[in-house]
Amino acid sequence: MGDWKTITVPVLSSDSKNIHPYTSERKRSPISMNSQVLRLSLPSPKNMHSFFSAFCTEENLDQSISYIDRELTTLGFPSIYAESKGKEINLVSMINCMNELLVLQHKNLRAQEEVEMQHLKLGSDMDHLQNCYAKLKEQLELSKREVVGLQERDRQLQSKNRNLHQLLKNEKDEVQKLQNIISSRATQYNHDMKRKEREYNKLKERLHQLVMNKKDKRLAMEVLNYVGRADGKRGAWRTDKTEARNEEEMYKVLLSDYEQRQKQLLLENAELKKVLQQMKKDIISLLPPQKQKPKERCEDGLVLSDQEEDIGELNKENMWELSCETVREQLTNSIRKQWRMLKNHVEKLDNQVSRGRSGALNEKDVISREDHELETEKLELEIQQCKEMIKTQQQLLQQQLTCDDDTTLLLQDCYLLEERERLQEEWRLFREQKKNFEKERKSFTEAAIRLGLERKAFEEDRGTWLKHQFLSMTADCRSENVTTQSSDPDIRLVKSASRQRKTPSVLTPTVSPEPCQISQYITQNSVASEKPAADNMPNLWVESDDKEETE
Amino acid sequence: SRVLPQLSPAPAPQASSVQHRLVVRDASSLQILQLYTCLDQIQHIEWSSDSLFILCAMYKRGIVQVWSLEQPDWHCKIDEGSAGLVASCWSPDGRHILNTTEFHLRITVWSLCTKSVSYIKYPKACQQGVAFTKDGRYMAVAERRDCKDFISIFVCNNWQLLRHFDTETQDLFGIEWAPNGCVLAAWDTCLEYKVLLYSLDGRLLSSYSAYEWPLGIKSIAWSPSSQFLAIGSFDEKVRILNHVTWKKIIELDHPATITSKKTIVYKEVEKSPTVDTERLSFPPTRALANSLFSTQSKYEISQVPVSLQYIKPVADRANPKVGVGMLAFSADNCFLATKNDNIPNAVWIWDVRRLKLSVVLEQLCTIQAFQWDPCQPRLAVCTGSSRVYLWSPAGCVVVQVPGEGDFQITSISWHSSGDSMLLLSKDNFCVCYLQREEV
Repeated sequence: MGDWKTITVPVLSSDSKNIHPYTSERKRSPISMNSQVLRLSLPSPKNMHSFFSAFCTEENLDQSISYIDRELTTLGFPSIYAESKGKEINLVSMINCMNELLVLQHKNLRAQEEVEMQHLKLGSDMDHLQNCYAKLKEQLELSKREVVGLQERDRQLQSKNRNLHQLLKNEKDEVQKLQNIISSRATQYNHDMKRKEREYNKLKERLHQLVMNKKDKRLAMEVLNYVGRADGKRGAWRTDKTEARNEEEMYKVLLSDYEQRQKQLLLENAELKKVLQQMKKDIISLLPPQKQKPKERCEDGLVLSDQEEDIGELNKENMWELSCETVREQLTNSIRKQWRMLKNHVEKLDNQVSRGRSGALNEKDVISREDHELETEKLELEIQQCKEMIKTQQQLLQQQLTCDDDTTLLLQDCYLLEERERLQEEWRLFREQKKNFEKERKSFTEAAIRLGLERKAFEEDRGTWLKHQFLSMTADCRSENVTTQSSDPDIRLVKSASRQRKTPSVLTPTVSPEPCQISQYITQNSVASEKPAADNMPNLWVESDDKEETE
Repeated sequence: SRVLPQLSPAPAPQASSVQHRLVVRDASSLQILQLYTCLDQIQHIEWSSDSLFILCAMYKRGIVQVWSLEQPDWHCKIDEGSAGLVASCWSPDGRHILNTTEFHLRITVWSLCTKSVSYIKYPKACQQGVAFTKDGRYMAVAERRDCKDFISIFVCNNWQLLRHFDTETQDLFGIEWAPNGCVLAAWDTCLEYKVLLYSLDGRLLSSYSAYEWPLGIKSIAWSPSSQFLAIGSFDEKVRILNHVTWKKIIELDHPATITSKKTIVYKEVEKSPTVDTERLSFPPTRALANSLFSTQSKYEISQVPVSLQYIKPVADRANPKVGVGMLAFSADNCFLATKNDNIPNAVWIWDVRRLKLSVVLEQLCTIQAFQWDPCQPRLAVCTGSSRVYLWSPAGCVVVQVPGEGDFQITSISWHSSGDSMLLLSKDNFCVCYLQREEV
């Protein structure tokens, strides 16, 4: 927005109030300017007229014009005066300026609208943010209160805990105290007991003395005669030797007992070692060979070498006798190692199985479950079908074999009857056909004979005709005029031909006229090789007709 | 009139005393073989180890009389005089008699072969103060001097003192040799749970104490192979120590409810007597009367879980009827029979090989005594009724003592051959013969 300059505007009418704020407030903030502009852009219709007439009146026309010109030029518009400083207004430029001003006004209005929009948006955003802020504040308050509550509870629980601990300590202390009391009382009782015992002993001694002093002669043993010792030996005097011997014997007894126990333990030990060896061998055999994987080679190498070593060493017979620490340790350590390896192997297998179940096809040789199931279903179906087939077959077989004799015979008879009837039917047909065939053959032979006869006659006729012809020809040569006569044989030929044509219709399996016989014969011969089926016969005759006509 | 029957170690006779008479019978036929008369009422009779002599002790008079079976005329009398007599027993060789004088002033060893007499001073007045090894070579005596306990080991051959050592016990209650004769177990009074194990040469091998303050050991038993030492205590448990480390290998508990499915519980139930009403006659015969009123019983197998009759005794009495009071291993070392005094009607039989409870016998009355057959794993139990109960791994059976009246069996004594056993009641005794199964 450009600078708003103060100008000395001539005193206007009272309606100029509107302008004053307009001009003097040039340094206001854009917002206020906007608001001012807002106000200005929508002047009330009442004031419109007055407003527009307030600035320029008829008196200050020149001044206003010059003022406007100045303003426009400062704004960058061309002067509205026509060329020189003359007072003539360049209308065109004025209108242009006006247009420019309008355009500018529109632009400004649009900008204003945009700004207003933005303003609204910002306002709503702010409202929204304020709401959020309020909510969050509420939430914060709530959580603060909760925290305080929880802290309170925690404090209470801790104090309870402390109380319980204190109680426990008190109980423990009491128990300890009671135990101390018991022990102190026990010592007191022991002490008292000892005192009483001493007194008692003293009394006993006193009594004993008194009793012994009496020198009781009765204190004796009366025996008729002394009995021999159970083992027959004499009693021995108590000497050092006997003492030594006693000691010796005692130690012998103890030693024999220990030796026996040691023997038992050795046996047990040997057995256990054997069992361990066996176990080791079994475990080694169970484990898969791990020689391929290079990663674990160093471990394996060690293990294998250990294994070999162990096997080599401990398989020796002498080693079994040795029960020194190193051998024992070796054995137990190797067994532990093998067992661990076996355990790992089993765990791996377990994992594999569980993975396989969950459907992952990591290994080639692990078949997915669905395929497996499909296969099994297919196989089951097949089995079912086969079973059914077998069943039906068996049933049939059973029927055949294990039926009653009567039924089988009946069945067989039935079949036989059926077949027999069929055969009989066929025979009948066959016989019929045979008969027909015979009949035809007879007729054919007769026809053949007739044909032969006719042929002969025809030949004779032909000969005679040829003779006649020859004769006539020679006669004709004499008389050239007799052309009609030549036609006679033609006519005769024609007649004979027509006679030939006529005769097929009359033809029946019976007698046939002479000229046709040749063709008949020919056709018969061609057909004779075919089967004498009753159906085919009419066709033969038709064929012969055709053939005759073509000839 | 008190009756004290004793089966001799040898298969032959059996002696019993009535008042001041000693009756010797044949064991198989109970035919009277000999009859001796003593000076006073006999309190204790004992056969010598070779079954040639019997001693009859009369504590009131302080006299012990010895009789010979081979020579009925032979006699021997030992008079303690004013020293008094509280206990008398044979030595293992059968030729010496050990008399304990009154107030346990001393033990006098009288010899029947020589004129020598030995004295052992300050013997301990406790339940088991004198113990002989199984082979009879050594004798251990508990002593107390100056309020301290000692153990002396003597060679029975010549009664020479072999070892003398003190024990770390408050008040030694008892000693017992292991069957192999190499280890001696000594245990303290019930106020202190302590078991000490000494070697034959007097060295302390080990000491075991399960707990400190509550009442301790009530009963102890060695297994026949000397592998195990079973200790029954007042906390109703049996702890078994092993002979290699002398450490506890297992604690056997005696709860009132048995829940394990593998335990067989045999319960004695009374059979109501069947009366054949047709045979009733008036007046009723004695046999009939007896059969009507005597209660028969039989065993039934109870379904697990079983709850046994549990008695909580009064707390302010000394020697309460609490804890494992009876303990015995079978002769083949396979079974251990125990009795928990809190559950007085039941006998618990444990399988030693598996260290698990195998069988419980629940009786109608309180168990008085039980004893294993010296040859087979067969247990005889008596409850004060006129029935003796036998259990073996094959099963169990109730044996009624036939006869008129009530015969209340209070103790059992097996014959060394395992073919017969002596059933004692207060005034009478009877011999029960077991038939061998003919194979």
